[in-house]
Parts: sequence; C-alpha cells; structure tokens
Amino acid sequence: MGTIALNGGLEKTAFFYQSVVGKKVVMAVTGCVLCLFVLGHMLGNLQIYQGPEKLNRYAEFLQGLGAGLWAVRLVLLACVGLHILSAYQLWRLKLSARPTPYLKKSYVATSYAARTMIWSGPIVLAFIIYHLLHFTTGQAHPDFRRGDVYHNVIAGFSNPAASLFYIAANILLAIHLYHGAWSMFQSVGINHPRYTPWLKRLAKAYAWVIGIGNVSIPLAVLTGVVK
Amino acid sequence: MAFRLESRIPSGPLEQKWENAKRDMKLVSPANRRKYSILVVGSGLAGASAAATLGELGYNVKCFCYQDSPRRAHSIAAQGGINAAKNYQNDGDSVYRLFYDTIKGGDFRAREANVYRLAEVSVNIIDQCVAQGVPFAREYGGTLANRSFGGAQVSRTFYARGQTGQQLLLGAYQALQRQVDAGRVKMFARHEMLDLVVVDGRARGIVTRNLVTGAIDCHVADAVILATGGYGNVFYLSTNAKGCNATAIWRAYKRGAGFGNPCFTQIHPTCIPQSGDYQSKLTLMSESLRNDGRIWVPKKKGDTRHPNDIPEEERDYYLERMYPAYGNLCPRDIASRAAKVMCDQGYGVGPGGRGVYLDFREAIQRLGRNTIEERYGNLFEMYERITGEDPYTVPMRIYPAVHYTMGGLWVDYHLMSTIPGLFVLGEANFSDHGANRLGASALMQGLADGYFIIPYTMGHFLAQVKPGGLDESHPEFRAARQAVEERTKKLLSIRGKKTVDDFHRELGRIMWEYCGMARNASGLKHALQRIPELREEFWQNVNVPGSGDEMNQSLEKAGRVADFLELGELMCLDALEREESCGGHFREEHQTEDGEAKRDDERFCHVAVWEFAGEGKPPVRNVEPLNFEFVHLAQRSYK
Amino acid sequence: MKIILNIWRQKNASSPGRMVRYELDNVNEHMSFLEMLDVLNEELTRKGEDPVAFEHDCREGICGCCGFMINGIPHGPERGTTVCQLHMRHFQDGDELWLEPFRAKAFPIIKDLMVDRSAFDRIISAGGYISINTGSAPEANSIPVKKQCADRAMDAAACIGCGACVAACPNASASLFVSAKIAHLGLLPQGEPERDRRALRMVLKMTEEGFGYCTNTGECEAICPKGVKIENIAMMHRDFTRAVALFREEAKVGGTG
Repeated sequence: MGTIALNGGLEKTAFFYQSVVGKKVVMAVTGCVLCLFVLGHMLGNLQIYQGPEKLNRYAEFLQGLGAGLWAVRLVLLACVGLHILSAYQLWRLKLSARPTPYLKKSYVATSYAARTMIWSGPIVLAFIIYHLLHFTTGQAHPDFRRGDVYHNVIAGFSNPAASLFYIAANILLAIHLYHGAWSMFQSVGINHPRYTPWLKRLAKAYAWVIGIGNVSIPLAVLTGVVK
Repeated sequence: MAFRLESRIPSGPLEQKWENAKRDMKLVSPANRRKYSILVVGSGLAGASAAATLGELGYNVKCFCYQDSPRRAHSIAAQGGINAAKNYQNDGDSVYRLFYDTIKGGDFRAREANVYRLAEVSVNIIDQCVAQGVPFAREYGGTLANRSFGGAQVSRTFYARGQTGQQLLLGAYQALQRQVDAGRVKMFARHEMLDLVVVDGRARGIVTRNLVTGAIDCHVADAVILATGGYGNVFYLSTNAKGCNATAIWRAYKRGAGFGNPCFTQIHPTCIPQSGDYQSKLTLMSESLRNDGRIWVPKKKGDTRHPNDIPEEERDYYLERMYPAYGNLCPRDIASRAAKVMCDQGYGVGPGGRGVYLDFREAIQRLGRNTIEERYGNLFEMYERITGEDPYTVPMRIYPAVHYTMGGLWVDYHLMSTIPGLFVLGEANFSDHGANRLGASALMQGLADGYFIIPYTMGHFLAQVKPGGLDESHPEFRAARQAVEERTKKLLSIRGKKTVDDFHRELGRIMWEYCGMARNASGLKHALQRIPELREEFWQNVNVPGSGDEMNQSLEKAGRVADFLELGELMCLDALEREESCGGHFREEHQTEDGEAKRDDERFCHVAVWEFAGEGKPPVRNVEPLNFEFVHLAQRSYK
Repeated sequence: MKIILNIWRQKNASSPGRMVRYELDNVNEHMSFLEMLDVLNEELTRKGEDPVAFEHDCREGICGCCGFMINGIPHGPERGTTVCQLHMRHFQDGDELWLEPFRAKAFPIIKDLMVDRSAFDRIISAGGYISINTGSAPEANSIPVKKQCADRAMDAAACIGCGACVAACPNASASLFVSAKIAHLGLLPQGEPERDRRALRMVLKMTEEGFGYCTNTGECEAICPKGVKIENIAMMHRDFTRAVALFREEAKVGGTG
C-alpha cells in the first residue's frame, strides 16, 4: 500500500468527509456560519426594545431582500443540514468506537457543555422548528399577523408555556455555543498558546451574550417590560 | 572440546581496520537478498535498528519482542545521552579520544579494534538519528547542543531532554514500522523466544511462545540475531524493566554459544533505595546529582534521628574523607562500593539501613534554590513522586543498584557468536565496554551494532551460505519444540508452595550479597553452593498457576527465573575464577593498600568465555587473550 | 492501610468479564500502585487463584506499557503520572477503588486489565516516520533546526503511546496520539517533505482502526501522563485539510532505467 488513491474534486471531498477530521471540519465551518447567524438574528431581534416601528421596519427590510433572503435561507438550511448530518454520523461513530461503556467514569477536564452537545443539539433543533412555525410561518401561533412582527412577539410570549420553552431552549443553545464557539477554532486547526486562552474567553463571552440577549425578550414580555 | 575463539580482527593500523574489513567483505546482490531470511530477537535500539536496516537492504526479516509493541523495549528508559566524536564543541575531541576514554573506562578488558570501530561509527549514528527526526537539544543557531557527561573532559554527549533513550528508540522503531509497512519486516510482538535451533552447526531458527495464545511456534531462517539486552534482573532488584530477561542468550549458551565475562556487572551509585520487601524495581537518578550533592552518613551507628536534626559535626562525609581529590565525584564503582561498606558497618539510613544521604543543603545555600531547581528540577520532582519527600528540605536517600551487564554472549569482530549464523548485538553481547561502561555509551553501542555493523557483517556471512533448504519439520526443530513444550508442562505441573517471585527474590539476595559490588572467594563459594540448592527447590516447590495455552504472566516469569537460577551460578563461577579486580568486578582479595581495585594484567588480560558442557557438568572456561597494540595499560587512581 | 479493590476480571477476549472484589489489609503507603497489585497477586497465587493480569514493564513511567482505569480515570487520580509511578500515599485508609481496563473498540481486551494496543503500531506504520534509509543521512549539522521547533517537537515526541488519551476520551478518539506524531515530525525540517502524505495516511488509518473523533473536550490533554497538548490536534486538522486540498496523484512513470 504505497500510495493513496485520491482523484478529482468530488472524490477528494468525499475522502475528506469520510475521515473523522473532515467531519469535524464540516461541523466547525457550518457551526461558524450558524454562530454568525445567531448573533445577527439576536441583534435584529433586540430592536424590540426600540418599539414596534423599528422592529417591523427591520422585518420589512428583510422581506424586501427577496431572492437574497432566500439565498441566505438556503445557505443556512444547508449548514443546519450538514451540521446535523455530521453530528449524527459522529455520534454513531462514537457509539461504535466504545461499544462497551465504563462501569465507572470520571471526567477531569470535560465541561458539562462539551458532554451534552449531543443532547443540547437535538433540543435546539426541535426549538428551531417550533420557532419557525411560531414566528415565521405562524402555524403554531395563536394570533399570527403577517407583517406585524412586534405584535406576534408580544402575543406569542404572553403564553407563559411558550416563553418558558423559549427560555429553556435558549439556555441550552447558549450552553451548546459555550463549547461549540471555541471548539470550531480548534477543529479547523487554530490553536496557539498565546491566543487560544483569549479565544476561549471570547467564545464564553459570546455564549453568555447570546444567552442573555435571547432569554431577555420572552422574559421582558412576561414581566411586562415590553408591551 | 574447547572453542576456537577466532576474533577475526582485521589487519592494518587501528584506524584502517574497519575500512579494510568492509573492503574485504563479500556481498549479497540486491536481487538475491529477498531469498534470505533473518530473525531478529529483541526490538530495542540494537534489534530495531538492525531489523529496519536489514529490511531496507531487502532481506526477509522477522522481528520478535515480548512487549506488546516494539516501542516499549527497555532502551527507552535511558536518560542521559549518546556519545559521538563529532567534536562540534571544538574542545579537542576525536575518534581516538572517544576510543581511548571508552577502553580506559572499561579498565582495559575490551578489544581495541571493536572499541575503535564503535568510536568511528558514532558520528554516523548522530547523522542518521537527526535525519530520522530525533529531536535532539539545539542551540539558538539551530545546531546540535552537547553536554559533558560522566566526568568526561569533552562535551560529546548528544541528548533529548532526559529522554534520549526514548527518542532514539522511537527513531529506530519508526524506521522499523516503515519496513513493516513495506512488507520487508514481519513483526511478532508478544512473542518470547524460548529456544535456539542449531542445524549442522549453524543457527537456523528459534522456537517462540505466543504470549497471548500460548502457541509454541518454530521460525526457520538463514541467520539469527539476538538483541535481547542485559541480564541485570538476575539480581531481582535492578534498574532494568520487569520483563528484561536472559532466556534468549541463556538458551543460545546452552546450544553452544560462548558466554563472555558473565560476572561483569555495573552497579550505579545513585538510585532510590528500597523502601520495603514489596519493592519490585529500583529507579535510577542521574549521577549528575553528585556534582552538587554531598554524600554523608551519621557518625553514630544506627542513628535514627531525622537527618535535619543531626548536627554538622556528627555527619561523616565519607567520600570526601576517603577520596579527598575527587570526593563526591569519584567513579561509579568506587562510590557504590563505599556506600555498601558504610551500610554494612551499620551507618546506613532509612528502612533497613540501606541508604546514604545525598544532601543539597550546602549547594542550595551557596547557589540558591533557583539554580538547583534549574539544574535538577525534574530529578527532584521524580524523587518526590516516588518517595513523597521533598529533597529541597530533606536530604535525598540513595543506594547503589544493578544497572547494566557488560558481560554477554561472546562475539567476534563481526558480532557473530561461537555458533555460525548466530549474531549478538547491543547489551546482549560482551563486546565493547570491557569491565565497566561509561555513561552515554550504551545507546551508542546498540545503534552502532544495529545500523552500521550488522548490515555489513550479515551480508558477508549470508554471501557464503545458500538460502533456505530447511523447514520446521527438520528433526532439530521438532526436538527443540518438544523440549520447550515439555519444560512448560513441567513448570505448570509442580504446583508447589512458593511463588516464582519468592525464588527470584531469594536468588537476588544471594547474588547481591555475594556477587554484587564487592566479591570474595568464600562468599562466592557459598553462593555457588546456595544457588544449586535454590534451583533444586524451585523445580520441586514452585507454584505456577494457570495453563500454558493462555496469557499466563506467572508462567512467563517462571521460565525466566528458571534461567536466571542457572545464569547466576555461572556469574559466581566467573567471578570466583577472575582473581583480580577490574572495573565493576571488585575482588576484596585484590586491592591496593588504599582499598583500590588491583588489576592483574599478567594473568587476566583476557576475556573469559564460558562453554556449556552439558547438564550437570561444570562449564568450561576458555580464554581469548586481549592484545593491546595501540594503547598502554594504565592503573586507575582517584585519590 | 486497608484498600478495597474492585477489579475487572475477564479470562480472554471472547469470554465475558465481571467485577471482583478484593480486600487488601496491609498496604504500605510507600508502595507503588503496581506493587500493591503484585502483593495481591502473590496472595492469589498462594491461594491457588489466577493472578490479575496487567501490563507493566519499566515501572519508571517511560515505556508506556502500564495503564488502566482507577475510579474512571486512566492512570488514576494524580496528574502527570503513569500508574506505575502512582504511590499509595495518595489514597486513604479504607478507600474503595474500581479498576477497569481501557475500553475502546480499537483496544480489544486480552485479559483482565490488559488490552491490545497494536492499532497504534499500525497507525505509525501508515506514515509516522521519516523515510530515510540507513546510511543516506546528511551530516547532522547541515540541517539547522530552530530551537523553538526542536523544543516543540520534543514536547510532542514525549508521548509514550500508553493509550490513556483514547481511554479518557468520551469518544474513544486517538487524536492526541496520532497528532503528537504528526506534530513531532511535521515541526522539523526533516519531516517536511512527507508532511502531507503522513497526515493523510495516518488519519486515514486512524479512522480505519475504528477510533472515534475528537470533540475538543480536552480530556486527553488533562490526563496525559506526559502532558502532550491538544494544540497538536489542531495542527493535525490543519495538515490534513491542507493535504486533501492540495493532493496530487503520485507519478505513475517509474524513474529507473
């Protein structure tokens, strides 16, 4: 076995993806895109604190992008798909790599977030589906008015059950990001003793910001800060 | 019958000998090499480098080791470094100087031609290892760094932190795995060689036991290489790995290979002492500690006070007292012996009174804790991990321990034993270190043998024989296999009352007491009486649980201890016959008025080569005279 | 002191295993962990029982033979040490300990606490070397190496191949082991010519051997007895990605005439 058979582009990609390293890189790159989206999404939504007009105008602006919006949506969908696919495959690989579990296992360094990625992931996915049906398409909304985002938010979050689910899911999302946002740098090969500690801090700060920002909206509606 | 000990030293001036030898050697053509098969037993520096190099040349190689991977051989534990006469430091080093230091360090009991060749190829070793990616220490300019080691007057030691052995072995191991991938070498890990097969006077194969399944297999070849390391574990406690054993070379000895200078063992002065009966091995501390540490014992016998409570005037800095010129830096054998004498007289400290203090208090006061930490930090840490004591505040306790065996199977200049086709490399042979090995020379010898000597001499041998022509159905193979099976059955059938370790510990005590640092005729005679008794008892009363057709670590140990019980006797016999003191071999009857080793060049300037004469018969002592044409025999003095 | 041991006993690869409880009364605090097991084995042998099989050789923390789980941590609770250099003084009188073998598909159990780590050798065979035949090396100082690179290479090369990283990893990944070799050789100029090929072949082999993937938990780095860093894993990911991206078919036309 002197040489490695690798041919053109597609085969190369497939080979790359088949290896454990490749899957992790795919995971990291898609994760990075989604991280940026989550940040932008949150910043947009925080405009709710500036009143109905501001938020609804922002929504109009997004809708006005037309094909551009769909392009972004497709990219995000592809990223979510690839992220989930590689997560699923890596999870299967994990199960097959240690078929007999330990009777007793302790962790020295593994954070809670890192250990629960495989659980926080699917729950966040379930949340996203609900979220789309809730605020984008409206099927899961009690009083959905197309175009009046502000109203939809206030009305939607007035239901304590929905709000609590949002809060729980966003805490999980933050936990997912707490590990994921640093991890993606490591997966694509960025690690340097001088910068990695800062990257880790940045990633943690990012997770906190996303968590607090997203949780604040249902909380504000529930407590009547935003009406 | 006596051996014909032909050393095959080439003619010509010292510095031309190896060139001349290579020029005169016969060659095997590249197309024919794959027709020859070679067995390499052992995967340490010598074995792995030989297997890899012979594989590169195109021979069919099979390599065996008892560990689960060739990377675990005990060469990995060597800390200090490897010598080479590169003279990178411009401090006057040369091939000749390395040669002279080595032969003098060995107390003039090695062959001039072999040692010169060793010094000569030392430079190639460094080139080879660097090219393989061994991460030697570097200067800021990117060139290789050197240090002086073991009291040498030049800086010729190359090192990779305190893990030089590990890095050199990984280099050789990687080269070996590359040949495994190329299909040139077939690796048999977890296989132990249990016998050598000699057909028509030539080594033609081995019998092995698969340590996982217990399967006994025969392997046929055109030549056999033993690179199985030393036999220090005959002392039970030593710095060797637990699995190190003499079985391969002992089996070869019993099949007709001469055993050279079995009594030459090196005892290292700075090891962590034994803490109890359960002790399983001893850990070496680099002897560089003696550069700043002062060695002492209390002046009062059996003083149990805490060392820090013993005032200065009640301490005996005995090395400084006895050897004012060299003090704490006197050579390994002298420091070791002095520690034993103090402990024998009842001044020893620690559990069982088997230890002396190595104190850094004065050095810390003089140089500051930071300097000491820079120099010895990792050693202090290791000491603390093992003993739980902090050497910055409490003096270290040290005691000598068996470290290396200079003796081994006799080989000629071609590294071939008295059995044609059986080659012996590294610590397993007797060749280059005489009666005492210098620091950082063992790694050099292992790699010299494997990378740069055996590829030539093996080709020369194989060019004169026809490949193959034999398979394992040959009666000699069948007989050897049967003998191995019977011996295994015998060990398992005794089911006595004592464990293998009970016997091993007892043998170790006898060897340490009577054939250790200082030996005398009456002690050796006593040991020669005790060992056969112990052996007798072993075969009557040992308990080896389990069966032979499974992973059975007790059975592995039992086989090795059974061989140690025979080898120990030969060591004592050799020590008794060598009525002189030289290097690591100190006979109390032969010392100068000041208690120094007294060599007898008239009667003992030779290699004692022992020949197996049959079970129950005394072995025959043959002699290979050592002729010193180029160096002058000098007496050592360290006063 | 008294120690209670629950040890995984399994006769061979094909038979089932179970935990067996042993009590040891006279454990000396200066014993190493393996010496304590020696004492247990002596007792078992005297009683006519099968001693516990465990891997060990040098007993000074460098050969990489030893290693099993103590209370769910490879090499036990002390950091930066192998189990052969772990001493009983770190435990309390009356402690109850659980000893299990390393568990991974790529590390099948041989007996009791012994596992088969030959997958590591096969990964090294796949490319963990510099192709240089004996005798063809240039003069050692003709290849200057930046001191920093040599030091970092040495940090990575300190790996003893014990397999604790695989055992500790929630995913049974061998990334730390494989990356340590890729980094050791890749950081040196001597290793540069084969850098891409090495990353490709070793990673491919690692996948083939059935090891899991790295989820960057840092568990391996935390328990590594030699302090090998996950920085090396980042380098492996980098090297592998680049090697795939820049891959070219090897020339098919031979050069010999």
